[in-house]
Amino acid sequence: MAVNLFYFLVFPGLLFSAVTGAFLSWFDRKITARVQFRNGPPILQPFYDFFKLLLVKETILPKFGSPVLFLLAPVFAVFGASMAGVFILLPLLNITTGFRGDLIVIFYLLTIPSFSYIIGALASGNPLAAVGGSREMKLILSYELTFLLVISGIIMKCGQQFNLYSIIHAQQAGSPFIGSISGVLLFIAGIFCIQAKLALVPFDMPEAEAEITEGIFIEYSGAAYAMIKLAKYIMFFILPSFLVALLMNGFRLQGIGILWAVVKVLAVVLILTLVRNTNPRVKIKQAVSFFFIWMNLVAIVALVLISFGY
Amino acid sequence: MGFKNYCFKKSLWVFHFGGASCNNCDIEILDCLTPRHDLERFGILLVGSIRHADVLLVNGSINMHDRDRLLEVYKQAPKPLLVVAIGACGCTGGYFTESYTFAGPVDKIIPVNAYVPGCPPKPEAIIAGIAKLVENL
Repeated sequence: MAVNLFYFLVFPGLLFSAVTGAFLSWFDRKITARVQFRNGPPILQPFYDFFKLLLVKETILPKFGSPVLFLLAPVFAVFGASMAGVFILLPLLNITTGFRGDLIVIFYLLTIPSFSYIIGALASGNPLAAVGGSREMKLILSYELTFLLVISGIIMKCGQQFNLYSIIHAQQAGSPFIGSISGVLLFIAGIFCIQAKLALVPFDMPEAEAEITEGIFIEYSGAAYAMIKLAKYIMFFILPSFLVALLMNGFRLQGIGILWAVVKVLAVVLILTLVRNTNPRVKIKQAVSFFFIWMNLVAIVALVLISFGY
Repeated sequence: MGFKNYCFKKSLWVFHFGGASCNNCDIEILDCLTPRHDLERFGILLVGSIRHADVLLVNGSINMHDRDRLLEVYKQAPKPLLVVAIGACGCTGGYFTESYTFAGPVDKIIPVNAYVPGCPPKPEAIIAGIAKLVENL
């Protein structure tokens, strides 16, 4: 019991993934700044933002709408994100969790933050937040199928194993899945799914700053917005490490392997950042057809290739 | 208190309210956020919603219509909030002081923490004003 609480609250769970995710979000902002020939923020900037929102700013509740749901939604988001983080990071850190089918649990837990953002946005009673919420809903509908196809491709590739631990071990015994044609295709589809899950720029219509002024987060202020930031930091760490676990051999935490683990996560984040900096925001219709037609096509081609053994 | 204050100083998020401006001050404010001046090195970000803002930048002359909107925006902001009046029109009314639609300079409507005069002020002057504001927090 105490060990489980430690797993959830401190080491692979809430605290560790929040601190690492905050560092990664600084990395993202710094790379963005370098792409635009700027200097960028200092390394502790995410912590300053978080503690300012948590400790200094006032939290304003909506007059029309449901204040209880409005305040509970960010807590649900943090809970879902750190729970998914525990299930993803325990196998990665070579601690066996010992239950079959945890991939399906992870898949459902990873959607909880997006759903709780929608609940919070609709509870705030703001029309722009409602627009953002409906866009987020359409985005979820479009990318979830592709994400499921990517995961099922991985399951087919390692011989019908529904366990993240055995997927990582199958790769470490043989070769990483990204070393084949189907692996590369799955990686491309997975990167775009993560981009949409994190609501980064080509798919950031739920929180489009210029048109609907932060959309789903428009009414959040103070400590509630700090909780949303926390959930976003955690998601920014666990989604790239999930992709590393699925396709890129996982972490091998001995000697030089620690450096490789850091480099792999940073490389995935770097790809996400570069995609976000070199693309405009697409319309919601374009995003839906992008995932439904092109990304599903890529994933299905990868599935066919896997069944022929490539 | 020191830690809270330090975090607040290090991450000021800016919301831009343009009154009946001639748009020169708006352009200079946007200039501060471009790569040449890069306010993000001090943690300053432009946000889209007043609920996330720590600093309210007001520029342009405030006329009868703008006054209600400015008051509404000020009321909806989470406190503590710093208000900076930018440009001659924001500080004193400038060219429009005698106009029949003029509803007073910004500090007659809401409390102002810093003034950056100039028509329009250079981006360097805006950055210097914000640096002085942060120093005296």
